[in-house]
Amino acid sequence: MPTVREHPETLNWVGKSIRRIEDPKFLRGRGNYIDDYSVPNMLEVAIVRSTEPHARIVSIDTSAAEALPGVAAVVTGAAAAEVTDPMPDFGPSPDKHVWRCLAVDKVRYVGEGVAAVAAESRAIAEDAADLVHVEYEPLPPVVDWHDALAEGAPLIHEALGSNVPFHRSFVFGDVEDDYAEADVVVSDVLYWGRSGGQPLETVGAVADYDLGSGMMTIHVNSLTFTSFLFMLAGTLKVPSNKLDMHPHPAGGSFGAKFWEVKTAAIAGMMSKVTGRPVKFMQDRLDNIANGDHHGSDRRYEVSLAALRDGTMLSMKVKVVDNYGAYIQFGVGHHGNSLAQAVGPYRMRSIAYDVTAVLTNKCQQGAYRGFGSEVGNWVLERMVDLMATELDMDPVEIRRKNFIQPDQFPYFIPTGNCYDSGNYEGVLDKTLELADYHGWRRRQAEMRAEGRLVGIGICTCQERSVFSATEFWFWFDQPVGVTSSPESVTLDIDAMGAVTATLYSNASWGNSPETMVAQFAGEELGVDPSEVNVVYAGSNQGLPATGPGGSRFTIMVSGAVEGAANRIKAKAAKIAAHLLEANEDDLEWIDGGFAVRGSPDRRKDLGEIALQAHLFKHSLPDEIDSGLEASFVHDHPYTTLPNADRTDLGVFYPFVGHASHVAVVEVDPDTGKVEFLDYTAVHDCGTCVNPRSVGGQVIGGTVQGLGSTLFEEFVYDGDGVLKTPSFAEYLLPSALDSPALKVGHQETPSPYTPYGIKGGGEAGRMMAPSAICAAIDDAVGIRVRRLPATPERVLDMIEAAED
Amino acid sequence: MNTSSHEISLTVNGRAVEATVESRLSLADFLRRELGLVGTHLGCEQGACGACTVLVDGRSVRSCIMLAVQADECELRTVESLAPGLAMHPLQDAFHKHQALQCGFCTPGMLLRCLELIEENPDITDEEAREGISSNSCRCTGYQYIVDAVVEAAEQMRQ
Repeated sequence: MPTVREHPETLNWVGKSIRRIEDPKFLRGRGNYIDDYSVPNMLEVAIVRSTEPHARIVSIDTSAAEALPGVAAVVTGAAAAEVTDPMPDFGPSPDKHVWRCLAVDKVRYVGEGVAAVAAESRAIAEDAADLVHVEYEPLPPVVDWHDALAEGAPLIHEALGSNVPFHRSFVFGDVEDDYAEADVVVSDVLYWGRSGGQPLETVGAVADYDLGSGMMTIHVNSLTFTSFLFMLAGTLKVPSNKLDMHPHPAGGSFGAKFWEVKTAAIAGMMSKVTGRPVKFMQDRLDNIANGDHHGSDRRYEVSLAALRDGTMLSMKVKVVDNYGAYIQFGVGHHGNSLAQAVGPYRMRSIAYDVTAVLTNKCQQGAYRGFGSEVGNWVLERMVDLMATELDMDPVEIRRKNFIQPDQFPYFIPTGNCYDSGNYEGVLDKTLELADYHGWRRRQAEMRAEGRLVGIGICTCQERSVFSATEFWFWFDQPVGVTSSPESVTLDIDAMGAVTATLYSNASWGNSPETMVAQFAGEELGVDPSEVNVVYAGSNQGLPATGPGGSRFTIMVSGAVEGAANRIKAKAAKIAAHLLEANEDDLEWIDGGFAVRGSPDRRKDLGEIALQAHLFKHSLPDEIDSGLEASFVHDHPYTTLPNADRTDLGVFYPFVGHASHVAVVEVDPDTGKVEFLDYTAVHDCGTCVNPRSVGGQVIGGTVQGLGSTLFEEFVYDGDGVLKTPSFAEYLLPSALDSPALKVGHQETPSPYTPYGIKGGGEAGRMMAPSAICAAIDDAVGIRVRRLPATPERVLDMIEAAED
Repeated sequence: MNTSSHEISLTVNGRAVEATVESRLSLADFLRRELGLVGTHLGCEQGACGACTVLVDGRSVRSCIMLAVQADECELRTVESLAPGLAMHPLQDAFHKHQALQCGFCTPGMLLRCLELIEENPDITDEEAREGISSNSCRCTGYQYIVDAVVEAAEQMRQ
């Protein structure tokens, strides 16, 4: 177990809704996004995308494209395979479903890259891409999960011998005993449709390969997992120490830029081929069709076992996940679900059977929740079903099963630890803020008028700070990688001004600079608005994992704390010398060191910094010039899974909680779902900047609303992508989005600095459950398939009438 | 490709601009690539998301689906015009105060749309602001803090 921390009672900056440090540049249109960055002599790339869902590439004629004035190179997949190795792939048996930056021999989904063109401008590159003629020999497409599993199904990857790259059955606890003891078992079949982050900025890269030095420099808006960049270097066939990635702010990610290195690989490859700097900026069609980051696409057979009094005992989950044509992260998305498999409830056991299938769709990546948002939805759907079965109030069945505040740290059957919580506290706050009982009364009146008004509630977990173990505990190897650090360097200059250096592309629309500045303010007694935050390139960088799994704020808080402690240790020596005091008699107070009991005898950090930088020979010999320190903060609480994987260990231990209440009205003529009210109360431990947390909750909720009501990457039965643009893939607008009532409860984590828990994926992890429960309540029939589009809601209303 | 060129003259952020442009060049590409005004962002390039919104003769326009030649003789405003000096425009200040942005990518287009809304309706309400910004997608904020910022900025600008 990690050390239980004592959190300071008074904080100067943590907990204040200060204005964000990163905002002025964005407000002025000076964000320096990747497409704003250009270098002299730069070529631009366009991709020739497959028009076929599944086909052999018979031939590619590039002659007309190459002849177009302004075209520097046209590179087919086969040619690319001569200068690059396959893409980094964390999935099972990557040699059996080889993934390359451009397709070789056959295409596996509509939109897959077949060739790349580099030209003097993007317009010329696109003109040339249109002139590339690809001859295909169509193969039968495999689109749905059941087609993929059918006897004699066409194979997406022949080398795999089937369309199932992974299947495993896990049992945590005495599932069969618990089912035997149960009075009631409810079961259902549920479908979660494919949606995705779809940030308004796509992915881009500017690569410059220097033939002289062999350096491959790539500017990107996606830079995480810096310890794994040797894998991208391998793809590009450059030595790992000759790859240097430089981050630019991402115009949103939501997971969709999590480890998006294909764009960098294509830019790097084209720079190597042409000997010139190259920009590749995806357009929206590239991003939707070929962005490698679609979300979960799952079919569940699930049952829940309980006693007649509503005590939930156990759950059986059988899930098939349609991963698309490749499986870059393996089934880590399901590890994520298992981090909070029993939700906030005292369930004793769970069986989890997962089958990953490959089909002719774009592959999955990450999307806010990384699969655990789906687990939350399935669990809450089943809790609602159990409540109906037992004729219990949906609030009371939840309350009855909550893990109690005195039971923490609490180990769930899968092995993960929940650090702290007060779920009833959140529930009570939610009911009050939502005026839940008032709405129940008003609902009765409105229903009496014939209106389809429904109220839904959910109580869900948000796990935060993944450990690297979740990516491999699915397999039988005894041990995989275990590191997922975050680093920072703090530098105090001679004037006492603070610069913080970050080592991943932390700026994704979260508030990394504000967080670091608030932590530096807290630790060093400086004003956060005066802290300068910069980003280092990977080549001179320290290990960093970047945002993802709601980890960044917690991890960087530990890094800042560690670096600040090192700075203070040196500063104390200097202050002791200057004050002619014993170091042990000094105390850190208000941004400087003072002699204990004599507050007037003090040296501020600025005075100490001036001495450290400029007065070497006034200081003791052993003190080097300068005042800076770095700190690599490793995951605070990871334990390894056991050999037979009946215990996955602790891998996602800082667990927040939230309760949402949605009040909706369904239009019986159109199937449209309108929000009459929406309440969200979150507990992510200590809020560093409450306004920012609120913004994440509201934005995440609206994304959850999109996944619930209309966002879906639709492939028809022939494998044709029917939603290739924002005209078909519908983002929620301001008019689709409710005005939220947001509340916070703060139950600190005992294991993190200040007691922070992650909150960045909140909202999307809860909204689908609350909204579906409200729709159920309004129309009298259960939502079983997402998105619950107006068309599907109309079908439900018709079914309810029959 | 067979393209023709045209001479255009227009005003961009108060300065006269004369240029020769290909007929197929979008206004967004003209601003970003020819004039270096990269505050105008491209999200979807088909007029759906509104990230590329600029003001043409005071009206919001999606610059990704307007051609540069169509801007001949027009007066354009981009985000770069809002605060040429150190002080931010009251609308930018309200966005900052209310955290009405996260990743900042939709922000320039959103600011210009909001400026148009306030200029048309100085007493704008929450509901009117919400309806008004439904033209522009924001993937981060869920819109609520933007509504807060617009209403407060309108109040500031009335004074």
